[in-house]
Amino acid sequence: MSKNYNYAFLDEGSKREIRRATLKAVAIPGYQVPFGSRELPIGRGWGTGGIQLTLSLIGPGDVLKVIDQGSDESVNAVNIKKFVGLCTDIETTTETPEATLIQSRHRIPEIPLKNGQILIFQVPLPEPLRIVEAREEVTKKMHAEKDYAPLWLQLYESLIRYKKVTLASEYPCLVEGRYMMNPSPIPRFDNPKLHKAECLYLFGAGREKKIYAVPPYTDVVSLAFDDVPFEIESFGGKHCRLCGSTDTYLDEVFDQQSGKRFHQCSDTSYCRKLSSQKAQNRE
Amino acid sequence: MAYVAVSGGEEAIEESIRLLEYYQNSAEGEIAVEAITNQLSLLVDRVMGEAGLYSRSYAALALRQCEGSVEEAVFLLRAYRSTLTRNYYTHAVDATNMRVIRRISAAFKDIKGGQLLGPSYDYTHRLIKFNGATQSPQDIRQTLFETLEAEQPEEIASCPRVSDELRSEGLIEQAAPDDQSPHDVTMHMLEFPTTRSARLQTLARADTGFVSGLAYSALRGFGQVHPTVGELRSGYVELYVSYLLDEQESVYLGEVLITEVEGFSPAHNKEQLKISVGYGAVFGRCETKAIAMAVIDNELNQDGPYPTQDEEFVLMHGDSLEMNGFISHLKLPHYVTFQSKLDAVRKTRLEGNKSHE
Repeated sequence: MSKNYNYAFLDEGSKREIRRATLKAVAIPGYQVPFGSRELPIGRGWGTGGIQLTLSLIGPGDVLKVIDQGSDESVNAVNIKKFVGLCTDIETTTETPEATLIQSRHRIPEIPLKNGQILIFQVPLPEPLRIVEAREEVTKKMHAEKDYAPLWLQLYESLIRYKKVTLASEYPCLVEGRYMMNPSPIPRFDNPKLHKAECLYLFGAGREKKIYAVPPYTDVVSLAFDDVPFEIESFGGKHCRLCGSTDTYLDEVFDQQSGKRFHQCSDTSYCRKLSSQKAQNRE
Repeated sequence: MAYVAVSGGEEAIEESIRLLEYYQNSAEGEIAVEAITNQLSLLVDRVMGEAGLYSRSYAALALRQCEGSVEEAVFLLRAYRSTLTRNYYTHAVDATNMRVIRRISAAFKDIKGGQLLGPSYDYTHRLIKFNGATQSPQDIRQTLFETLEAEQPEEIASCPRVSDELRSEGLIEQAAPDDQSPHDVTMHMLEFPTTRSARLQTLARADTGFVSGLAYSALRGFGQVHPTVGELRSGYVELYVSYLLDEQESVYLGEVLITEVEGFSPAHNKEQLKISVGYGAVFGRCETKAIAMAVIDNELNQDGPYPTQDEEFVLMHGDSLEMNGFISHLKLPHYVTFQSKLDAVRKTRLEGNKSHE
């Protein structure tokens, strides 16, 4: 821990301000609370919203896990852990159940989170209506009036043109029947995990200066028509080449030499655990 | 295996930083911070302005630490600023009382207080001096000091604004005094429509290239045509804060070098024509940026179809940290999201094939 900086980098006033915005976000699920986002030594657009949430919440006794696209060892995850380590004295972990705070870029871990755990998402573009309307001034009004018709129309148009919903990740969902929310660029595969979860989900957008939340046991419904149900990514019976899982989110991997295509778990911590368990069972 | 980015990240970062240190220190000897503050002072001005932090020495330190990259230096200063508590707001500065080092008008030949060319590159020939300067910097300084010593110092009178004249004639609308506290863009999110104070702060901190390019687009035809620089002045202004124990008293903090511009354009005012004023003010001697800011301020006051007249478009896309941060994040792995996009594309293809059968 570097003595040149305050505990958790930001000054106490800033941390308090962020916590206040977070409380408001918890009180109004899915609503984007504006806040005075601070600049950090990490690039804007590289998870500064999530980091500010982490910094404002973290304290002695916390155990932090940071993942990037599911991986604990990815460069950006490592870098963020290094930074938090520089200005706090907390422990880090790669084990999902051990963490009190998990900062994540674009994935929800495969192991379901429990009460007492907080998952913090890094959000590039918090506005779910941005795909239909460029202007913040307008989207704010649309939320106030619960005018989500253009989004439904977008969904309908993609069905007419492609016979499929073409929204990939960042799939919009309605929170507690009121606010349309961008779940951050998690794959559709992870959307159902937001619904009535035990843990608290916090979303931080540093560049766009917004914080929002999904408190425990909140209804989170992915946008879909009654006769065209919401669909998650499918891997066509593929399995992870390391642990053999067929029920996890898989990344496509190409072998450098043979050029052959493989699949493996995007959640590396889960995959490792499962592989080692299987190895033990064999012995 | 090709998946380097996923595993072994920590080691890779450390080696990358080591290599970076090699690039940063590839020459013998170190540039003195003083050399940067004094000899690269326009670069320092630009960095201070875009960072929104007035400290010549910290700006120079930052520049030295990042191979002279403007975006990185701004980044370093902004991140440092986040660790400081904001204790005070200075009183509003009246730049009429500026200790002027340069003051010109493109609108009138004779102005009250006179035109003062000051230090300017405008009338230099841009020829590279291949053989270096014929005199050493020390010699040049010495000669200049001697000349200055021999001169009798003149009292600099405070210069009234060129726009005051036009205002008294009724050509410029007299705005009602507005004493509401400025919106602090460093502490609050911008909300639209925003206030003029937020607009001007955002422009003052915006990336120089972005502001200049936008202003250029307005001049070329995507906006109002060709405003006139009513006045451009550079100089030192004094900063004061209220004394904590007695609000009537104020404490002098020091002075900062700024450049301020007022740009004039004819505009419709109900039945008559009038002159509208765009305002620009930046740290240091960043003149082009100050003029560009005045052009955009004026554009934003007009209702129209052009990009420079759209507040949200202009104010949301010019912050050095935000734009460079978000663009550079594209280098981060996007395996999960791309996989999801692939899935969506593949599924539509499957559906497409079925319907063709």
